[in-house]
Amino acid sequence: MRNAFADELTKLSTEDARVVMLSGDIGNRLFDKFKDKHPSRFFNCGVAEANMMGVAAGLAMNGLRPVAYTITPFVTTRCLEQIRTDVCYHEAPVTIVAVGAGLAYSGLGPTHHACEDISFLRSIPNMVVICPGDAFEVRGALRAALQQDRPVYIRMGKKGEPVVHKGPIADFAIGKAITISEGSDVCLLSTGNMLPEATLAAHRLNENGISAEVVSFHTVKPLDEARLKASFARFRLVATLEEHSLIGGFGAAVSEWLVDSETHHQKFLRFGTPDSFFKKSGEQEYAREVLGLTGHQIAEKILHALH
Amino acid sequence: MNLAVRPTARQPEAGALRLQAARLRGKIIEMSHAAQAAHLASSLSCADVLTAAYWHVLNVDPKNPKDPLRDRFILSKGHAAAALYATLAMKGYLPLEELDTFCKDGGRLAEHPPANLLPGVEAATGSLGHGLPLGCGMALSGRIKGESFRVFALLSDGENNEGSVWEAAMFAAAQKLENVCVIVDYNKWQATARSNETLMLAPLRDKWQAFGWDAHEIDGHDVGALAEAMQQIPNGSGKPVALIAHTVKGKGVSFMEDDNNWHYRAPTAEEVVKAHKELGLT
Repeated sequence: MRNAFADELTKLSTEDARVVMLSGDIGNRLFDKFKDKHPSRFFNCGVAEANMMGVAAGLAMNGLRPVAYTITPFVTTRCLEQIRTDVCYHEAPVTIVAVGAGLAYSGLGPTHHACEDISFLRSIPNMVVICPGDAFEVRGALRAALQQDRPVYIRMGKKGEPVVHKGPIADFAIGKAITISEGSDVCLLSTGNMLPEATLAAHRLNENGISAEVVSFHTVKPLDEARLKASFARFRLVATLEEHSLIGGFGAAVSEWLVDSETHHQKFLRFGTPDSFFKKSGEQEYAREVLGLTGHQIAEKILHALH
Repeated sequence: MNLAVRPTARQPEAGALRLQAARLRGKIIEMSHAAQAAHLASSLSCADVLTAAYWHVLNVDPKNPKDPLRDRFILSKGHAAAALYATLAMKGYLPLEELDTFCKDGGRLAEHPPANLLPGVEAATGSLGHGLPLGCGMALSGRIKGESFRVFALLSDGENNEGSVWEAAMFAAAQKLENVCVIVDYNKWQATARSNETLMLAPLRDKWQAFGWDAHEIDGHDVGALAEAMQQIPNGSGKPVALIAHTVKGKGVSFMEDDNNWHYRAPTAEEVVKAHKELGLT
């Protein structure tokens, strides 16, 4: 995802002279093309995220379109007050781009995990929260974000994830979920980097005679309420998938919506990370296995719930 | 007013500025009494800085508060909102009568300056350590767009406790933001204790200098000297400028000066009369 981000950003900055790139001292070589084309609009802000976010807000309040980028916990929780007060309170059109959603950097340990960021950021007024499901969604999300006159948070995976979409998404729209594959029994609403696991789970369910629909629910705020209404009306079972804590994340947002909208539903399952730090060493695949977040495990749990 | 052309430096008229500062203090004291609001002493301590800025230095037009070429003044010590509101009203950004609504239900003049609500308020402040990073972003936007406006950020001394101030200080120095000027209202008190007994700020000028700034100590109540120093920005050093302004908390009223109870206390009607008399406003 991050290579798609750097490539799309370079394109967008050529189209729009207001785009300014702020990096928190990461992305060695990643932005070489950007720096080459627009040296006066690239700033390495160092390991000083509070300042970087304040600088981004100051740029945005003066008519520019800054993109603030570093590893997820450092560009979210580390500078949460600057996001809340400088960016969101001022309605400053800053695009915050995080790399390493959920357990993407599992091997680096809990300091680099990010399973709370959706919860924090979606509770701040004026903030839009997008979790792209693959590299094509990253491109669409970035393009859409920079056309907004408001803050946007884009929560990316890392690099080399499987691509789910077949090509560029011409009609990517914030707050409009995308159907990946149709089904009739269960509906898997996936946000962010869990999308490949969702397609694996659907495949396995289909093998077991259960027709599963996969939806990329890339925008967690604002929720695609029409899509939720339709899904809960139509399917025997709806599940949310996210690499984020079950507290405050996508599944929690859908639960809140279910209660507030008094929507009738049948079975509803939430897949996400537990209320604990994942301290073991090991890569993302291992962490997902331990936490029951592989496509295979998700399918098994859904099959069990249906019986 | 054409803000594209900055007026050539003129000598500050110290007498007129001193009189204006006294009027500003009188207004702040009235507002504190009417609202029974805290932070009176913090507002009085920076009244001369605001006077120098708005009545001599800033290239601004109250009739066109969003002019992209205007100088920016950020009250990073947002708890001195009364001083900023009174200044903006006296300069014509706000109706003078609106000052009577300070802290009142449903008004625009909250205890800290709000975002996107009042003409002339560049940034919502109140949480300390935010004004300088915002100001650096503003200055950077000017550089990118080829606009040569200046950015002034007024910080409290307690605010220097915040790490984000020093992050921004290093950033401004690395980017050589010579159009940025920090004024530290160094009144030696923070909310509940002496500043240097809380976190060691001294030697404060040396700290800013060491962080890559052109740092100077100045009498924060010599309104003429403040005006002259601020008017010189950018001063040719190629660096951002820090003015460490030595001040007295509660300045201008003998029974408030250097008494930190007035960080939270508001004056009675009798005390307002007494204060006005001391300021020569009767």
